Amino acid sequence: MIKVLIIKIHPNIDHNFISELKMPKRTDLKSILIIGAGPIIIGQACEFDYSGVQACKALKEEGYRIILINSNPATIMTDLNLADATYIEPITVEMITKIIEKEHPDALLPTVGGQTALNMSMILAETGILNKHGVEMLSANHDIIALAENRFKFRDTINKIGLETPRSYVVCNLEDARRIMNSIGLPSIIRPSFTLAGSGGGIAYNLEEFEQIVINGLATSPIHEILVEESVLGWKEYEMEVIRDKNDNCIIVCSIENIDPMGVHTGDSITVAPALTLTDKEYQIMRNASIAILREIGIDTGGSNVQFAINPKDGRMLVIEMNPRVSRSSALASKATGFPIAKIATKLAIGYTLDELLNDITDIIPASFEPTIDYIVTKIPRFTFEKFPGSNPILTTSMKSVGETMGIGRTFQESIQKCLCSTETGLTGLNDYEIPNADNGNNRDAIKAILSQPRADRLLIIAQALRYDFSIDEIHSCCSYDPWFIKQIKEIVETEKCIRTTGLPIDMTGLLRLKKMGFSDERLAELSSKTTDEVTRYRETLNVKPVFKRIDACASEFPSNTPYMYSCYEGDGIKPANCESDPTDRNKIIILGGGPNRIGQGIEFDYCCVHAAYALSEVGFETIMVNCNPETVSTDYDTSDRLYFERLTSETVIELVHKEQSKGHVLGVIVQFGGQTPLKLATALEKAKIPILGTSPNAIDLAEDRQRFHYLLQKIGLKQTDNGIAQTLDDAKTVANTIGYPVVIRPSYVLGGRAMRIVYDSDGLTHYIKDAMAVNENNPLLIDRYLSDAIEVDVDCLADTNDAYVAGIMEHIEEAGIHSGDSACSLPPYSLSLNIISEIKRQTKLLARSLNVIGLMNVQFAIKNGDIYILEVNPRASRTIPFVSKATGIEIAKIASRIMSGESLASFKLRDRSIKHVAVKEAVFPFKRFPGVDILLGPEMKSTGEVMGIDSDFPRAFAKSQLGCGINLPISGTVFLSVRDPDKPLLIEIANRLILMGFKIIATNGTATLLLNKNINVKKINKVLEGRPHCVDAMLSNQVQLVINTTEGSQAIFDSLSIRRTALIHNIPHYTTIAGANAAVGAIEALRIGTLDVASLQSYFINHVNI
Amino acid sequence: MQKMSDFLNFNRQPPNTTAVLILSDGTSFWGSGLGAIDIAVGEVVFNTAMTGYQEIMTDPSYAGQIVTFTFPHIGNVGTNLEDIESSRSATRGVVFCANVTTPSNWRSNCSLEIWMENTGIIGISGIDTRALTRHIRKVNSLYGIIAHSPNGKFDTDALFHQLTEWNEEIGLDLVKDVTCNHSYNWTESRWNLETGYCQQEQSRFNIVAIDYGVKHNILRCLSDVGCKITVVPARSTIEEILVHRPDGIFLSNGPGNPEVTGIYAVPTVKKILKIGLPLFGICLGHQILALALGCKTHKMENGHRGANHPVKDLITGKVEITSQNHGFVVTETSLPKEIIISHRSLFDGSIEGLMIRDHRVFSVQYHPEASPGPQDSYYLFKRFISTMET
Repeated sequence: MIKVLIIKIHPNIDHNFISELKMPKRTDLKSILIIGAGPIIIGQACEFDYSGVQACKALKEEGYRIILINSNPATIMTDLNLADATYIEPITVEMITKIIEKEHPDALLPTVGGQTALNMSMILAETGILNKHGVEMLSANHDIIALAENRFKFRDTINKIGLETPRSYVVCNLEDARRIMNSIGLPSIIRPSFTLAGSGGGIAYNLEEFEQIVINGLATSPIHEILVEESVLGWKEYEMEVIRDKNDNCIIVCSIENIDPMGVHTGDSITVAPALTLTDKEYQIMRNASIAILREIGIDTGGSNVQFAINPKDGRMLVIEMNPRVSRSSALASKATGFPIAKIATKLAIGYTLDELLNDITDIIPASFEPTIDYIVTKIPRFTFEKFPGSNPILTTSMKSVGETMGIGRTFQESIQKCLCSTETGLTGLNDYEIPNADNGNNRDAIKAILSQPRADRLLIIAQALRYDFSIDEIHSCCSYDPWFIKQIKEIVETEKCIRTTGLPIDMTGLLRLKKMGFSDERLAELSSKTTDEVTRYRETLNVKPVFKRIDACASEFPSNTPYMYSCYEGDGIKPANCESDPTDRNKIIILGGGPNRIGQGIEFDYCCVHAAYALSEVGFETIMVNCNPETVSTDYDTSDRLYFERLTSETVIELVHKEQSKGHVLGVIVQFGGQTPLKLATALEKAKIPILGTSPNAIDLAEDRQRFHYLLQKIGLKQTDNGIAQTLDDAKTVANTIGYPVVIRPSYVLGGRAMRIVYDSDGLTHYIKDAMAVNENNPLLIDRYLSDAIEVDVDCLADTNDAYVAGIMEHIEEAGIHSGDSACSLPPYSLSLNIISEIKRQTKLLARSLNVIGLMNVQFAIKNGDIYILEVNPRASRTIPFVSKATGIEIAKIASRIMSGESLASFKLRDRSIKHVAVKEAVFPFKRFPGVDILLGPEMKSTGEVMGIDSDFPRAFAKSQLGCGINLPISGTVFLSVRDPDKPLLIEIANRLILMGFKIIATNGTATLLLNKNINVKKINKVLEGRPHCVDAMLSNQVQLVINTTEGSQAIFDSLSIRRTALIHNIPHYTTIAGANAAVGAIEALRIGTLDVASLQSYFINHVNI
Repeated sequence: MQKMSDFLNFNRQPPNTTAVLILSDGTSFWGSGLGAIDIAVGEVVFNTAMTGYQEIMTDPSYAGQIVTFTFPHIGNVGTNLEDIESSRSATRGVVFCANVTTPSNWRSNCSLEIWMENTGIIGISGIDTRALTRHIRKVNSLYGIIAHSPNGKFDTDALFHQLTEWNEEIGLDLVKDVTCNHSYNWTESRWNLETGYCQQEQSRFNIVAIDYGVKHNILRCLSDVGCKITVVPARSTIEEILVHRPDGIFLSNGPGNPEVTGIYAVPTVKKILKIGLPLFGICLGHQILALALGCKTHKMENGHRGANHPVKDLITGKVEITSQNHGFVVTETSLPKEIIISHRSLFDGSIEGLMIRDHRVFSVQYHPEASPGPQDSYYLFKRFISTMET
């Protein structure tokens, strides 16, 4: 709650002072439209759900009617009770216009939905739609955004106020380029004008490279124009989070220093807050500049992020860019300081000033101050290069990370070591790193070469180089990390060496010193050749325990009643260290979050955790959240009653549970909602005698353990596809031969189908095992018969010890074999018979009972020829929970958490009911970020996010789902067809329907011949290998509006890669499965009949009570 | 909650510690010593600024105090010859959380540790400064003794005895230790990235700055706006001041209890007010002015020390983020009618600025010269010039 500040501290207030406190809120506005950020993509993740939720709450508090559009159902902001009218619709100008026509909002808040919302708002303003409907843009108007976003206008504005930007010049020929280069020096950056994603440009380090890139760039640019820019590679990079109100009051919420220097996107950089290597004089220059920029650009109210580059040699400062909106960095800054930027920015947009708002973390000081912190915050991005074979793991100015994690410590070392442990990549600290060709440190050139590359794992490489006795200077000259950070890492490495040689310290103060440096028990175990249990026990014997400190934005200058905490080790070892955890005597439930977002584990799990916190707080429990992902709603300090911003390791969690158990009653811990991360802590928690709520870890294991699960299914009479387990290559071949190819192979215990493949023959099997997986008895392979062309079905259900309720049945569009997270799906099913559906329900309930599920369970079925097979059962929250909740209006994660806390399922009186609408979920992929990577789908999950299309029937809902992903289905034009043999029979019907709608068809030889034989009018076109002009040429010259390309076999896949990449890069709608193509053609048919309408989510559930 | 008994018993020394801080209530903190090898007694205060430790440690307003830094990493950017606010050390001792690290900054020419050794400041690191800060916040007005001994040998009973014997500085005039002995001219202007400190090119007005422990950056700011500055000792008489033919008078910041310094400073200021010269006061200068105008001052429960304090200009309604360092404040109920409160703290509502109705005499409790801290309040120096223009 933010309250209007009435100074209550001082009884004898001056009249002057009081007269300043007028009614500040704008009363001329009644309703406000918020545009969300849409699906989670690289560069735009759940931080915009966090900011959107804050904005909604802030406006709701003030009594405005909120109209919201966001296509992403996995967001908290699209919960039915947050906005008054929630539109889960594609975020397009047409859709928003329809919403405006229907809802008549007075204003639009464009600044909390990332770049998506900002861009949409710009178009709405430019096309006159806002003006026509009298919608005012709050926070930043069109001209201001244009000024901030346009590179040249921005540069001129910045220069006008006496600040510098990197020098850059537009040239049209080599001669001019040479002249420019002479003045700005090398390296320099060449950016061709109007090319996609920076193609044709690059960084020139020498004259030869320069001329080559310039010539290439001039040729690539359609207008033969390039920008030659001064390179500031290796300069230090800083960010400032600034807030300004309508009275021109400005504050800096937080400074952020990027440890990775210029050249790496800030989203991909390891960063610390606050800035650590600036003198006050330099910091104030940057502070003044940030504020001057906001003023000059004219950001009336709200938050902005300004980025700077600083020459480490002389402090020269350049302004790189500004974001006139809430950004990823502002989410980070909010979590790092406890200052809720989005909430405050929203209040400022509706007329308040900073001094009229309370800083609610302390509740006694106004928001018009600059947070000061007494700890260090480190953010490490999370990458998933392993998901995209062939992608280049070198970091550039284009963002590639999919998530991030934050570590808070008393010192930099504690903070970064905590952060490393929370990346969920298996790190326990600064683990050893195998540098290729390092020759045990002797090949110094190889090490220098890799140190010079901006890589995701550079921190570990630096640590390794230090182990090989590289000096700080040598490392600095290779990677341009500030020597201060390298020295800090060096101290950790030296301490590690000491532990390796002499073992753990024999006394308490020695061990306390190590824990203060942030060493995890696990890392200490590795270094001292002990087990983690031994180290933990030893630590407990010496009574070395963490304490908890509060994040209060004021370095404890004022008391804080907000239990937003982090763990650390403090004190001198003699007296008990000061702990501020201060547990209450209430009944509490601890919810473990999911850690950093990555492919396979994203916002959906955070949604479940947040819902558990909401529901359990509501029924009177004290909810305690543990998570380390700064982007999420779960790590907002007012989501749960208490928040521990902590890594999800057994060491940390057990310690904080013990702390909470020291007073009041801990009912238990919820590990089933945060995805795989908390689930894998279940064993350790059980061992520590910490109660786990809901389905027992044993039952979870039963579902995951092949053998045990197999027996269970046999016992209850349910079917599985033929399968087996292999521990060697020979084993695998035998199993596969018995089952029969094709088979699906995967390692056990994985999330998101990591390293999962469909293999068609024994060669493929050998190849897979040799290349992708180390197989052994600790790491057995699961082999399943692959059911080709089976329909896959996802079911989410609620259960307690007496009963089960099927909450949602989702029929996948793509056939079984495509990872369920990557498949589009429809709720309710669009082709299954009633018999099959009721049999699926029966089997689901049977499974829930047999596994003793208390809470949530997800089952994946495959249906072929009327037979139902069980593919997988997960007795925990699934990725589809938010989608099911949004599609059915029943918030099942809330119900599940209450069942886990002891309520009965029956008490919720849930009844089967048919819904009259259709919701389609579609996945969104990051392929554009990874040049050269194939976009074919398979059993390994690759999508980063999802959208929902909801409408009265399947084709329209599907059309909306496509539109939501940015796919504009054509209603006329030419379709290019090239399909694999097994798909050809189905293709005939599709082709006929396309012809009927007036589409022209072109096809490669095999496909064309087939269609011609069926008297379908089709034009043959060359495959790429058959010579030009070929199909890709046709696509490039805008002759193709839709691509249907299915393929199999490694050679055919390789040959057709350029088709898919071309379609991807040039935004030509393309389908790589025949089932997807079929749905798309249905959608096109619907689109030709009439345009899509919008309807609020609330209108679908007008007649039922929300729980 | 932490009990007091947890802190007591300062005799239990943890191994490998080379410094100790014992507070007047018996609480002790052990850590690693750095800087001067010495013993000192002083008021223990905390500062929440995240940058500018060298400026803080050379700010004469901190004379006689032991400053706890709440920001954990102090020393990262080393020290240099520019970031000093007076020619001698000011703080008696400093308390750090993390050990001082090897500096990294292009402006640095000496590590903080060596600089502290040279300037005679005693330091202790490895302290839970957050716990200490919370303690200071709860127990008002704490005194402490800080001792650094590289061999790790301490007679804690003797130290505690020395502390209890200490006459509370509330009755002492600390200004006499930090004011200048002779008057001098000041011509240096503010710092910029290209040239460092500049020399004043031209001046428009003669001003006399009465030095109660003036921060150099105040003089640089005055120089920047066009003042020809003569700095005079705190005990200068009105005649000694007027001999410089001032167009305006500046009352500087400084340490200690304003009422004690006021014994000799207030009569002079009263005479200046009578003459009607424009007058500008900062920090202690503000308090002395208030006393001269008939107000009272008192010691605050919790002083203001940091670089993030919001102050509202009640005339313009604007908020400025200020650098602050004061333990005394003007008592609100003592205000005569003709005095306007021009600024207030948004943290606790306390008086941050005063003005007489003709606007030619004004003062602020905080530090518009920044250094360290935000430079939002630089306008006050321009305002001072404008009072001389009219």
